[in-house]
Amino acid sequence: MQVEKFYYDNKIVKAFGIATIVFGIVGMLAGLWAAIQIYYPAISLNLAPTTFGRLRPLHTNAIIFAFVGNSIFTGVYYSLQRLCKARMFSDKLSWIHFWGWQTIIAAAAITLLMGYTTSKEYAELEWPIDIAITIVWVIFGINMFGTILKRREKHLYVAIWFYIATWVTVAMLHIVNSIAIPVSFMKSYSWYAGVQDALVQWWYGHNAVAFFLTTPILGLMYYFLPKAANRPVYSYRLSIIHFWALIFIYIWAGPHHLLYSALPDWAQSLGVVFSIMLIAPSWGGMLNGLFTLRGAWDKVREDPVLKFMVVAITCYGMSTFEGPMLSLKSINAISHFTDLTIAHVHIGGLGWNGFLAFAILYYMVPKMWGTTLYSKKLATNHFWLGTIGIILYAVPLYWAGFEQASMWKQFTPEGQIKYDFLQTVTNLIPMYISRSIGGTLYLVGALMMVYNLYKTVKKGIFIPNEAAEAAPLVKEVSHKKEYWHRVIERKPVTMLILSLILVSIGGLVQMIPTFLVKSNIPTIASVKPYTPLELQGRDIYVREGCYTCHSQMIRPFRDEVARYGEYSKAGEFVYDHPFQWGSKRTGPDLAREGAPKLKRPDSWHYNHMYDPRSMSPGSLMPQYVWLFDNKLDTGSTPAKIRAMRTLGVPYPKGYDKIANRDLMHQADSIAANLKKEKIESPSDVEIIALIAYLQRLGRDITNEPKPLAENK
Amino acid sequence: MKFINYLEKVSGVDIFGLASLIIFFLFFLVMLTWVFKTKKKSYREISRIPLDN
Repeated sequence: MQVEKFYYDNKIVKAFGIATIVFGIVGMLAGLWAAIQIYYPAISLNLAPTTFGRLRPLHTNAIIFAFVGNSIFTGVYYSLQRLCKARMFSDKLSWIHFWGWQTIIAAAAITLLMGYTTSKEYAELEWPIDIAITIVWVIFGINMFGTILKRREKHLYVAIWFYIATWVTVAMLHIVNSIAIPVSFMKSYSWYAGVQDALVQWWYGHNAVAFFLTTPILGLMYYFLPKAANRPVYSYRLSIIHFWALIFIYIWAGPHHLLYSALPDWAQSLGVVFSIMLIAPSWGGMLNGLFTLRGAWDKVREDPVLKFMVVAITCYGMSTFEGPMLSLKSINAISHFTDLTIAHVHIGGLGWNGFLAFAILYYMVPKMWGTTLYSKKLATNHFWLGTIGIILYAVPLYWAGFEQASMWKQFTPEGQIKYDFLQTVTNLIPMYISRSIGGTLYLVGALMMVYNLYKTVKKGIFIPNEAAEAAPLVKEVSHKKEYWHRVIERKPVTMLILSLILVSIGGLVQMIPTFLVKSNIPTIASVKPYTPLELQGRDIYVREGCYTCHSQMIRPFRDEVARYGEYSKAGEFVYDHPFQWGSKRTGPDLAREGAPKLKRPDSWHYNHMYDPRSMSPGSLMPQYVWLFDNKLDTGSTPAKIRAMRTLGVPYPKGYDKIANRDLMHQADSIAANLKKEKIESPSDVEIIALIAYLQRLGRDITNEPKPLAENK
Repeated sequence: MKFINYLEKVSGVDIFGLASLIIFFLFFLVMLTWVFKTKKKSYREISRIPLDN
């Protein structure tokens, strides 16, 4: 048969590769800056955009979607063409994808720092950007499927399965979790409230880790590891089991992020069971990767690409063992809200995602420039610096997690809580310092890579279009002697649909009952909608990213009840669009901040927000000085009330028109309270709204009439 | 209108548990049949695809 000559597009791979490196460095710098703020708050510069609450979402989004995202696209555009023996379907679509994605990243960086956020972790971007993501993702999908359809290789190699599953699942997760009602151009409220919002968010959050940070990277592993080791994968059969079992089980495990929360118990248990089951496929994949190197371990000593891959795959194994362990309720009681989780995700982020991205860059750049790596020695030094960096980062944080959780739980013999919350945080400062040193080493290693790759590029000549030859695919007439599964294996669209069905099942089983059965969210009569001022204050709380350090979820533990008051009930959150349960306590829980047990005067909050250390010496909270000058945007109140009404919050009809009158009335009364304590403040500044919101937290449930039995 | 209102009329939520178990069981049964009925030779060929280019 006549072979066809064609060219692989290396230019698009180069562009995504550069973007990976640039945004990798930016994301790591943002992370380092945020990490230093935890023990040295002054480095926030007292500016709104550079304060932890806004910098942390920038860091996570930059690393996940800009650094890892671009590294995925780099690897996919390189490997897909070669696995399909075809150039990308459309160069034009490739470039629209490239520039679209980079524009989204730029928009994300600007808007997150400006405080435009939905506060849903790893889905913080506001609705116009969400729509842009959907469009660009679809363009990527068309380009990918177009390439698969015009391929010259009969079989779809397993890496492509992982790419397909990634594409379809990320599309589903992104759309379902981002459903919101726009209030204005850059502000929206989540369609879901409270418990439902939390369930949808962590179904998304967990599976963003699964289908953005894991499955595409596994696809890359299944392509680049055999390439670098120059031998086929250890067991192709195992890779098939790995694929189907992983995508099927992963999607069910989301609720393990909400153990001991107000989520219904059955959903929590479901999350735990599936998390434990996840060990099997994850470790199957890890072992498949490591066993590929059997008999070739001598190459690992020589080749920095393999070095990075071995540690990346080992870190994958480690974090996929940790994950299920952390989802056991007894361990989760320690890990949730502490630094143990942060350590866990960075084993995945720095080890698995980062090191695999470095490995494929070190592999592809010399190939695409037709040369060899400038310095193997420098790459090896990068490897060691990075590895030591990961250890210095993670080990102290594991320690910090255990230490803080056990300090929270200690009581004096008299039955009093032994440690003040602040003590449990300041005690961790040495660990936080070590973490930032680890992060710095990792960053320095990455910079060494930039230099090494730059020198490599300089000594080679870029091959924009790499020539290749292959016979075209002929239509086969009969599959008579083949099994049905072999047919599926060759049909990308069938694969897409099967993957979608599989991943939908897990999501539906978790979510539908929570939406269906009213008894899952017992209503509490005394829980009332926020007043307009409180609603505005809540939006400021969201804007400043308070949820990045404060939870609003008191778990049913003796110490938490003793420290914060009655544990949180599902019915308390029915008007919370979006929920604000948080995932980390660098500061104390705020769910009952306004309830009588914890209530502080308005003046305390006023002074505390201006300079936290004036009220709690040694506090690590940043100053929020701009809230004292910024005028409250009352113009948005009617639209906000209308949006909430649409979502089912029972404000009276026509309330949007008179809401600002109530707002000013409440603001004036807070200003009057402050005046009594000798604080002169105008009533139309943002701090007043924030105080109103903080004073409202957890108050409703104390108005609940006592059951008759107790009165007897 | 709250999201819950759109779906609350659907009845028979109990079936979810049972359905999940059956789906789960069948899924693994089908997958394992697939994997073990395929010939080793074809796996060997497919697994060499990345090395061919």
